[in-house]
Amino acid sequence: MAELNKLTIREAHEGLVSKKFSSAELTDACFAEIKKKDKDLNAFITLDEEGAMKSAKEVDAKIAKGEKISMLAGVPAAVKDIFNTKGVKTTCASPFLKDFVPPYDATVIERLKENGLVMLGKTNLDEFACGSSTESSCFGVTKNPHDLSRVAGGSSGGSAAAVASDMCFYALGTDTGGSIRQPASLCGTYGMKVTYGRVSRSGVTAMASSWDTIGHFAKNAEDVATVLQVIAGRDVKDSTTPDVVVPDYSKFLGQDVKGLKIGLPKEYFGEGVEKETAETVKAAVAKLEKAGAKVVEVSLPSTKYALAVYYVTMPAELSANLERFDGIRFGKKPKNEPDNLVDYYFAARGEGFGEEIKRRIMIGTYVLSAGYYDAYYKKGLRVRTLIIQEFAKAFENVDVLIAPVSPFPAFKIGALVDNPLAMYMADVLTIPVSAAGLPSLACPCGMSAEGLPIGLQIIAPQFEEGLVLKVASALEKL
Amino acid sequence: MLDEKTVRHVAKLARISLTDAEVAKFTPQLSQVLDYVEILKEVDTKDVPETSQVTGLKDIFQKDEIERSKASREELLACSELPVDSKQVRVMPAIK
Repeated sequence: MAELNKLTIREAHEGLVSKKFSSAELTDACFAEIKKKDKDLNAFITLDEEGAMKSAKEVDAKIAKGEKISMLAGVPAAVKDIFNTKGVKTTCASPFLKDFVPPYDATVIERLKENGLVMLGKTNLDEFACGSSTESSCFGVTKNPHDLSRVAGGSSGGSAAAVASDMCFYALGTDTGGSIRQPASLCGTYGMKVTYGRVSRSGVTAMASSWDTIGHFAKNAEDVATVLQVIAGRDVKDSTTPDVVVPDYSKFLGQDVKGLKIGLPKEYFGEGVEKETAETVKAAVAKLEKAGAKVVEVSLPSTKYALAVYYVTMPAELSANLERFDGIRFGKKPKNEPDNLVDYYFAARGEGFGEEIKRRIMIGTYVLSAGYYDAYYKKGLRVRTLIIQEFAKAFENVDVLIAPVSPFPAFKIGALVDNPLAMYMADVLTIPVSAAGLPSLACPCGMSAEGLPIGLQIIAPQFEEGLVLKVASALEKL
Repeated sequence: MLDEKTVRHVAKLARISLTDAEVAKFTPQLSQVLDYVEILKEVDTKDVPETSQVTGLKDIFQKDEIERSKASREELLACSELPVDSKQVRVMPAIK
């Protein structure tokens, strides 16, 4: 049998119920892998060996008693360190929350716990999920499992690296402008960004509220579907989760793609996108075409404005969301505690936030300030409407869109760190999709000549995660 | 193009103290980003409505029922590093 930590969720589940191995053994195998690899990779901020083993043994006891268990029960997972986990440190990779222990679980964590979650630990991210490389984490960069001199991507880089290097079976992340898909693509794993509102965000630190989504990393399309089945759906604690039926995602797996209409948006294969990346994605699409799908070129002309829309509206929302970090209700108090309130705020926020957060808060404050609100913020909201309309029009003629995730494979650590705008370009192909709130699944589709993973994204209309999974599942068999 | 004075002013509005080195570093970086987003001016948005949320939800109500908080008062107070006085009120710096 393959090493336990390398199994898929289904294989692990089947082994558990047939008593070939226990959840405690799966957990041990993951921690052994973590101890072997994580000194180099730095995917984890916090490990919870005791908690994980306790949860594993609870699942093992249920199995021993002959109780039916869920597919995820006893299958070890990692969680991006931005989800509140009761009693386990949740840092957001920020100096502000370095020692913060939340008193309650995020809704998604509660749902996974009801399904036998074994949480190995909390994974690294860019500070408050702001970045494309985890280089803004106050715990240091997460390295790419395929090349330690390169980034794992971000902001959910720790979760992506943990899944890609078999240190866990699946991992949670968040995707605001590309923070699941881009690291998934750079590390060569699957990364699901759901429709805006498909998964509850309650208990997850907010970044940009009209963009933020919760999703996950896994090793194949079926595992992605299995996790989604548990976390998707309405939550009264997050009023942006609509009452849209959660279908049985497993029904979409293993279907053929005959007659399926795939659109290739030409703007996603043009300027700024490395030729090798574009060609690798097109080669994967050609396989789907050979299997009976129809492929047409489409145009989304406003694509080039999406990054600008994002860097106006996201910082605006972020600057408002991060107002709550005042060093009073939670978070670090300043070193030399000023004795009056305003100076206290300045000191707490000056010391508590890293550079990228300060930059984004200031951009947000600037674009929302009197005199600039109409020129920047309202203009951004209007161009966002045009982007949405173009996607809607494209979906009148095609079922799904396929495009590269990142314009280039994993870049060198430090290469973009002092050039924020160049770093922002890493998300140029994921942000438009986020602007329209669409579901998109990053799937590995090949390797570069240098041996780095290349990923494509399958994009569908809102709440059509099933369709995305159908295409991903067909593609991985070709 | 932003100047250092504007950067200091914006930082003040955002209640963030910056070192001189940070001001010097951020000024060209923020200018670069704000220059970049000028690209939006090319787009004709006459009669285009603004999008502030993407799934079209409106008027989301929930039942007016008291639900127990996920965390107790003591647990929530314990999240802060500031002292708590005998009445369990957070002791904050004075407004001066």
